Amino acid sequence: MKIMVGIKRVVDYAVKIRVKGDKTGVVTENVKMSMNPFCEIALEEALRLREYGLASEVVAVSVGPSQCLDTLRTALAMGADRGIHVHSTSSLFPLSVAKILTHLVLFEKPSLLFLGKQAIDDDCNQTGQIIAGLLNWPQATFASKVLLHKDKQVVTVDREVDDGIETLSLNLPAVITTDLRLNQPRYATLPNIMKAKSKPVNKFTLEEFNLQIKSDLEILQVTEPPKRKPGVLVASVDDLIHKLKHDANVI
Amino acid sequence: MHRINTARSFFSALFRTKSHPRSAPFSTSLLFDETQIQFKESVAQFATENIAPHASNIDHTNYFPKDVNLWKSMGDFNLLGITAPEEYGGLGLGYLYHCIAMEEISRASASVGLSYGAHSNLCINQLVRNGSPAQKQKYLPKLISGDHVGALAMSEPNSGSDVVSMKCKADHVEGGYVLNGNKMWCTNGPVAQTLVVYAKTDITAGSKGITAFIIEKGMPGFSTAQKLDKLGMRGSDTCELVFENCFVPEENVLGKEGKGVYVMMSGLDLERLVLAAGPLGIMQASVDVVLPYVRQREQFGRPIGEFQFIQGKVADMYTSLQSSRSYVYSVARDCDNGKVDPKDCAGAILCAAERATQVALQAIQCLGGNGYVNEYPTGRFLRDAKLYEIGAGTSEIRRMIIGRELFKEQ
Repeated sequence: MKIMVGIKRVVDYAVKIRVKGDKTGVVTENVKMSMNPFCEIALEEALRLREYGLASEVVAVSVGPSQCLDTLRTALAMGADRGIHVHSTSSLFPLSVAKILTHLVLFEKPSLLFLGKQAIDDDCNQTGQIIAGLLNWPQATFASKVLLHKDKQVVTVDREVDDGIETLSLNLPAVITTDLRLNQPRYATLPNIMKAKSKPVNKFTLEEFNLQIKSDLEILQVTEPPKRKPGVLVASVDDLIHKLKHDANVI
Repeated sequence: MHRINTARSFFSALFRTKSHPRSAPFSTSLLFDETQIQFKESVAQFATENIAPHASNIDHTNYFPKDVNLWKSMGDFNLLGITAPEEYGGLGLGYLYHCIAMEEISRASASVGLSYGAHSNLCINQLVRNGSPAQKQKYLPKLISGDHVGALAMSEPNSGSDVVSMKCKADHVEGGYVLNGNKMWCTNGPVAQTLVVYAKTDITAGSKGITAFIIEKGMPGFSTAQKLDKLGMRGSDTCELVFENCFVPEENVLGKEGKGVYVMMSGLDLERLVLAAGPLGIMQASVDVVLPYVRQREQFGRPIGEFQFIQGKVADMYTSLQSSRSYVYSVARDCDNGKVDPKDCAGAILCAAERATQVALQAIQCLGGNGYVNEYPTGRFLRDAKLYEIGAGTSEIRRMIIGRELFKEQ
């Protein structure tokens, strides 16, 4: 059984983000980039399923510029069997990425597609859901536990939702997006880093896919959030109510 | 180290804890390919999460942590047998990778780095290079897994720089040798199970009378004396070894009788190379501490990093680090290609060690009063750095080696 994992290269979570001078985005020059933490969790889950003998192959997929190869190599060093890089120089929004990944899924035919629930740069939380829609596959998002019943071709997923934990049963093939508490990703061990050098990475361009990717979203401006204004000391409860009513307009 | 074995995990994968953001993002230089960069970052992450949190305490208490077995952690992360063949559990890589690991471990804790270097290079690598298949099979697996700790002893209380004048005797008897004498300055001595020890099988033959032996902890007649109370590298246990009619069997001769000086001197070249990465790590750690500090500490209404004097110091620290680094890794590359030049092995550690002491001094100065307080690590960096001007051949010996060779070459 093949599992495909989508991974995204993002600004490292520990970096202090700065907005570019022209307000078109954030500074990425000379800034540390890493695999999106939720994608690491997705990859870790796929690797564990393979180690339990429930899957035979884990394929890591990334869409973006040639630097994505670094992230793919990390995925290979963590244990993925092979990588696929779809080359694109323009930044892509979830709908475009979903269309590309859908095309790959139809080509590779995995039984499970794992994605991180969202990327920490745009926080969209859309790609997994859109792919499930495009493929007409069942989806379980915000997964906190995954149990694969290979013989029955069914996967049981616990989801972290606002009301608590929801357990869903999905027929394969399915899309699962992973949340923080699903697992703790492994280190890329030193032997695996060396072995990763010889693992194959296939590269594709959008033209090869005959996909017309046109973005219907345009970033107008990126600014820092407004600086937090200092609080105001109120003298009495009446004063508080007055301020809530007239200044804050909340009552 | 976190090793969470859930009921479901058949394989002991190593799980990460939340990593602390590191201060200076640039720790790579132009010298590495992608795999080496990945290797470096992986070791750096391991060291940040598993070694760095203990560094201050190790220095304070003069002991490795009791609640966590650092040797096992490093063994599990495949750090101990980088240059050892895969059949014994090693990675089968070269000195470049070993230097990378040494640098990152020393960056987290120079004491752990020194013990690591003594274990993985002085002991394990000497066994790899000189051991018989039987000896390698007997000793390497446990050393590489971290179950056993390794050490090496050549110096004596009266034979330091003049190591060939060593007096520890090995008398040939039925079935082996009987050792009598003392060894000094043995890193990991108090805790090692396997030790490479040099002794004189022929006191009259000078350097040609030296033989290398493999000693096991517990051999009757072998004991360790007091752990030394050192200025720096505290926690990296160093002690005197005592041999009183210690019987060592024939099969524990490393290399050949009387050929120990070759084992020793060729080993010293590679020891200097790998240990040279130790001061690199200390310099990097100094920069890691200084940069955030000078960005944040304000005087006269501005961060002190805006003042030229501080910028000058930071620039000197940076260029010392980068130039030493270039030298060390270039020599490592040459050694991996089979070109071991004693001048450059000595030169690499001579250069890196002396620079590291200066960088550590400047780090203290950049932190001002805070640099003088033990709550900050800069004092420890200085005390640790100083060792590298002395161990593995003092700076004076290194200069002598280089100058003498250059004089001889026409």
